[in-house]
Amino acid sequence: MVKVRLAAPVLQQNEEAARENRISFQKHGIFVLNLMSSPGSGKTSTLERTIEHLAGSLNLAVIEGDIYTTRDAERIEKRGAPVVQINTAGSCHLDARMIKPALEDFDLGKLDLLIIENVGNLVCPAEFDLGEDARAVVLSVTEGSDKPMKYPLIFRQAQVVLINKMDLLPYTDCDLPLLEKELKSINPELELFQISARENTGFSPWLEWLKKQVKIKKQTADQTS
Amino acid sequence: MHELSLMENVVGILRTSAAENKIKKISRIQLVVGKLTMAVPEALQFAFEVFKEEDLFKDAALEIKEEPVQGECKECRHTFAIKDFEFLCPSCSSPQVKLVGGRELYIEFYEGD
Repeated sequence: MVKVRLAAPVLQQNEEAARENRISFQKHGIFVLNLMSSPGSGKTSTLERTIEHLAGSLNLAVIEGDIYTTRDAERIEKRGAPVVQINTAGSCHLDARMIKPALEDFDLGKLDLLIIENVGNLVCPAEFDLGEDARAVVLSVTEGSDKPMKYPLIFRQAQVVLINKMDLLPYTDCDLPLLEKELKSINPELELFQISARENTGFSPWLEWLKKQVKIKKQTADQTS
Repeated sequence: MHELSLMENVVGILRTSAAENKIKKISRIQLVVGKLTMAVPEALQFAFEVFKEEDLFKDAALEIKEEPVQGECKECRHTFAIKDFEFLCPSCSSPQVKLVGGRELYIEFYEGD
């Protein structure tokens, strides 16, 4: 009998693909955001509003990840942003290898910002690096304030949490101060933004944050080229 | 249920390594899984069953070693176990905590003939 010591990371292939994606984003100075949430939190609506607000100031493209259908891509297309739909056909998350071929459909040289909307799921997407610069989670108040403690990894790995459906807060049992406290205890560096995608409120600080990240990315790309 | 895709990666790595080492049958696999990965050991075992039709894995026992979530305080360098995902140093109360354990996900070794 032979014993073979490997110490091989299970996600090695994904990490290599993520590294390649990252090199390509860096080359073009594109800031890439991995947008995640549970199904029905308002991820696509948040994205639609974000596109509306940024039209004319940033060149933005979207990759839509869904298990089935092109419904989200159709919604995004109506807002005028170039979009590629990835159907994972059963897989509960996007991985870095799925992103690479989708990039061929964009003119990367012209982009400032790429938003990748992941499959609606608080568990699996957290595990897979896509080559992004930052991760944002949309968490709606209707989901309840216990979600961060139940799904800590996704919040630990994120830089931003968009607390959505703020217009519905009075009709829920969501304890907002507790929610924010627990998010900060999992990840003290999190940026928290309270929004309502339906009412189109609270977007300014989020948009400012995005614009700042795009600017920083452009500067680092200029320095390396 | 991303455990199936994780196990696909595991068996892929093992297939390549077994071929390189001229191993025809694997008897034991040790996988290290941190408690802050979202991979559930039972689901990994269940996913592994799918690959047992393959000769290489037919008699293989999958052992999963779980690693605790551990933090190191960036201020006072204290290392501690993180309970209930509270990233706060128990020694100096600083929230500046670096994650040093719990994200492991690798094949430590395997045995075979």
